[in-house]
Amino acid sequence: MSQIYDNPIGHWVVVVVAMTLLLFVVLTATAYTVWFERVALGRIQRRPGPNRVGPFGLLQLAADGIKLAFKESFVPEKTDKVLYVLAPTIAVGAAFLAWAVIPIGLWGNAQYWIADVNVGILLVFAVSSLNVYAIVIGGYSSNNKYSLLGGLRSAAQLISYEMALGLSLVPTFMIVGSLRLRDIAEYTVHWGPYTGPIPLILLTPIGFVIYIIAAVAETNRAPFDLPEAEQELIGGFLTEYSGLKFVMYYLAEYVNMITVSALAALLFFGGWYLWVIPPVFAFLIKVILFLFLYIWLRGTFPRLRYDMLMRLGWKGLLPLAVANVVVTAIILVAVQG
Amino acid sequence: MSNDEKNPEARPEHPTPLRGRDEGVPPKPEGQGTGLAADVTALAKGLKTTLGEFFSPPVTLEYPESKSPRSERYRGRHYLRRYDNGLERCIGCELCAAACPVGCILVIAAENTDENRVSPGERYAKTYEINMLRCIFCGYCEEACPVQAIVLGPEYELSDTSREKFIYTKEKLLEPLPPDVQARMDKKDEPHSPDAPGTSP
Repeated sequence: MSQIYDNPIGHWVVVVVAMTLLLFVVLTATAYTVWFERVALGRIQRRPGPNRVGPFGLLQLAADGIKLAFKESFVPEKTDKVLYVLAPTIAVGAAFLAWAVIPIGLWGNAQYWIADVNVGILLVFAVSSLNVYAIVIGGYSSNNKYSLLGGLRSAAQLISYEMALGLSLVPTFMIVGSLRLRDIAEYTVHWGPYTGPIPLILLTPIGFVIYIIAAVAETNRAPFDLPEAEQELIGGFLTEYSGLKFVMYYLAEYVNMITVSALAALLFFGGWYLWVIPPVFAFLIKVILFLFLYIWLRGTFPRLRYDMLMRLGWKGLLPLAVANVVVTAIILVAVQG
Repeated sequence: MSNDEKNPEARPEHPTPLRGRDEGVPPKPEGQGTGLAADVTALAKGLKTTLGEFFSPPVTLEYPESKSPRSERYRGRHYLRRYDNGLERCIGCELCAAACPVGCILVIAAENTDENRVSPGERYAKTYEINMLRCIFCGYCEEACPVQAIVLGPEYELSDTSREKFIYTKEKLLEPLPPDVQARMDKKDEPHSPDAPGTSP
């Protein structure tokens, strides 16, 4: 395995194959996340959910995809054509880029990731912040006041919660001393007789709570789905999009959802370590549990009002995150001298 | 800062967004604490409720495969009945057409003859048509009929592909009743069946 990596051409072959494979895996995972969400929301509402196309409705997404792909590629009058088409591609591009550095597991001799960047988590944040451009540009170029309002809301929301999200992870970085996602997942402690990886939620529980809340807001999911609030903004930035362009936004939203779930598993729950379960499956189980949490939240809570959202972000989460950083720093200095 | 983490229930929607921060907010019920602990409890309660629903069986019916039970007296599509010996019950009296509030029934009667005996009475319905697009399924025709010739059955899936197909002709209406409806009607006829049909006029 390592010989392939050392050979410059072999290295590129491995990377390209891995990228293709990852694209396929993430796309499939996204499709089944949508299926999972629809079934889980259905069960929360005491309905069976989609169960007509294929066994247990598993082919429902194929049917939906084909239907959307064959829709007319319609661009409304007086839109900014270039930006209008560009915006969804930014969304989907940014969503997939984050997966370049997310490690899925270390199993036997094989590593299940594309790049092991030493500032991996920063890269994920940098790329996921691009999502706000997709939404703002989409809202602006649509020449529709609802789209514009949705875009503006999204910009304000993402800026507010990005800071809390970043700060919520600073204690983790201080404890681990690395920004490399692999190091964080493999963080090892020597506690008396126990030596091995631990879920970091034990050391930074407050950081985890802030991360979960901010991540829901980052991915524009209910109860923080103000940019696309159906009831008041029709579809927000999505109002004028249809067909494959709509699919791109939709895809991006679900890829982002999987990304933040994967990050939560890596940063707070020990990544691919889970008792005796094989690494990649352990990671999968954790991601699925986090996805269920997202769906559960969506099935439970009504949408926040806009001022409540801002107040929670700026007066709630942000000070809490800063305090968390300061307290963690003091404790670390006290413990390590 | 903890007070700011209020859940959506804590501050209900107001018609005007320009109010002051806590203006017009109804006081919390007695016994329920305020602050972070109460809010988190409320959120947890909501999550517990939805999780309970998640693990409960669905309450919906998978429609084409299973249908909700209908009353015995359900008023669906019409049937014209026959006597056991095959004669039509309808005597062409047009009382159903007269009783119909929307006028969707057309009956054109003709005389029975010895060569062409269709019903036990003097006359029979030569044409019997119901316009199902007009019918309001009130069941007055069934009530008006003196010989219990017309009856409303249980079928309600009556959609079709053209307007013409909604004019139910006599042939279509004379289709045999569903067995359960037939059994019910037979039971109903038994106590008072002086009009036991015979071939004699």
